[in-house]
Amino acid sequence: MPAVKVYNTRQVDELILLDITATKEEREPDFETINEISSECFCPLTVGGGITKIEDVKNLLRAGADKICINTAAYHNPQLIKQAACRFGSQCIVVSIDVKKNKKGSYECFSHCGSKSTKKNVIEWAKNAEKLGAGEIMITSIPQDGTMKGYDLDLIKMVTANVKIPVIASGGAGNYLDLFKAISYGQASAVAAASIFHFTEQTPIEAKKFLASKGISVRKTTMC
Amino acid sequence: MNVVVIDYGMSNLGSIRRALEESGITVSISDDPEKLDSATHIILPGVGAFKDGIKNLRRRKFHSKLRKIVLQDKIPLLGICLGMQLLADLGYEGGKTKGLGLISGTVNLLKPSVLRERIPHIGWNNVKINRPNPLFEKIPDDTDFYFVHSYHFAPKDNKNIIGVTEYCGSFVSSVMKDNIIGVQFHPEKSQYWGLKILRNFLEFGIKNRC
Repeated sequence: MPAVKVYNTRQVDELILLDITATKEEREPDFETINEISSECFCPLTVGGGITKIEDVKNLLRAGADKICINTAAYHNPQLIKQAACRFGSQCIVVSIDVKKNKKGSYECFSHCGSKSTKKNVIEWAKNAEKLGAGEIMITSIPQDGTMKGYDLDLIKMVTANVKIPVIASGGAGNYLDLFKAISYGQASAVAAASIFHFTEQTPIEAKKFLASKGISVRKTTMC
Repeated sequence: MNVVVIDYGMSNLGSIRRALEESGITVSISDDPEKLDSATHIILPGVGAFKDGIKNLRRRKFHSKLRKIVLQDKIPLLGICLGMQLLADLGYEGGKTKGLGLISGTVNLLKPSVLRERIPHIGWNNVKINRPNPLFEKIPDDTDFYFVHSYHFAPKDNKNIIGVTEYCGSFVSSVMKDNIIGVQFHPEKSQYWGLKILRNFLEFGIKNRC
C-alpha cells in the first residue's frame, strides 16, 4: 500500500510532503505525482519543494495540495510569501525554516535543504515571514533532524515566543515524550515527525493517546 | 443526482471532487452559472479572502443566479469554509464587503481568548451539535473536523446555528437554514466523518425533494 494511503488509514491529522532535492536539482514541483497522492489523501496535505513562483503555488493547490510550504524561494524572493498569501490566503502558506547554530552559537537560517547559509537570524526571519503573511511556520533543527534524539526545544520556544501564528515543530522526534515537550515546553501548535513512524513501532494513534493522557487537546481517534 | 461544485477560482476543487467520488458520486465542477439550472445539489467551496470571493462570484455571474436557485427553487446548497462565510450579509476580510445574504449575519475575525490560541485556527477541533439535524445524522457529538481559517460566521438568528466549536471563546462552525447549509471546517479533509457529512448533505437533498 502506498505510504500516503497507510497514513490516511492510520488517521494521521495531516501530511507534509517535501521534495527535498527539488531545489538543489533545480526541478519544479512534480504536479502529476502530487495529483496522484492527493487523490488518496482525505486529510490535509501540505506540499513543498521546488516552488519558485506564484504559478507553482496555484498549480500545487490545483493538484490537490491544501497548503504549500516555501523555504528557499522565500529568501530569494520574500514577496512570494506576500503574493501567495494575498491571492490564496495566509491559511495555506507555510514558511519552512531550517536552522542550525553558527560558530558564535546563535541560530542561523539555511536554504537549499539545510545546505546553504543565508546568514539570517531565525527570530528576525520568522517575524518577517509572519509580517509578509505566512499562516504557519515550520521550524526544523538541521542537526536534530533524523536523529530521533528529540527536538531542539529552546529553538522552538524561541520562535513561538516571537510570532503569533501557529508554529510546527520539526526535526528530532524519537518518542511520544518528545512530542509532548515540544507542545508543553516549546509551545508549538503542532508537531511533525517522520522517522519515529518510519523506523520504530510507534504510531500516530498511540502518540495522540499519549498526548491526550498528558492533557494535550488532540483529535480523538474514533473508530469508524 | 447532479452535484455541481462552483468553480470561482478560489478552491481546492480537486479535493472536494475526490471526496465525493470516494462516496460513489460524480460531480461536475463548473464555472458556468447556467449549469446550476440542472443541479440537484450545489457545493460552494472556497479558500481565500471574503472580498475576493464575492468579487469572483460576481465576475463569473454566479451571484444572482445562485440566490435565485437557492431561494426560489430551494436547491440544497452546502458552503464550505469561505463558502459558508459568503452566505452571510457582510464580511470584513479584505475590507467591508456585502455577502450573498442567504443566512443573515456577519463574518468577523477570530479573537484569541487565551495566550495559547493562535490565528489562523488550524487543525482538528470538535463540533458540538446544537440540535438534531440532517447534516450531522449518525455523527457522534463532539466529533473532530479539520479547520483552517481566521474569520468566522456570526449568524444573527441563533436558530440557524447547528454546530459550535470552542476556540477563541466559541464560534459557530455549522449553520443551516432550510435548504442552505454551511460548515466552517473542511469535510473533504476530515477523513471518515468528513465524508459522512458530504453523504448526509447529498441524502438530505434527496429526502428534501421527495
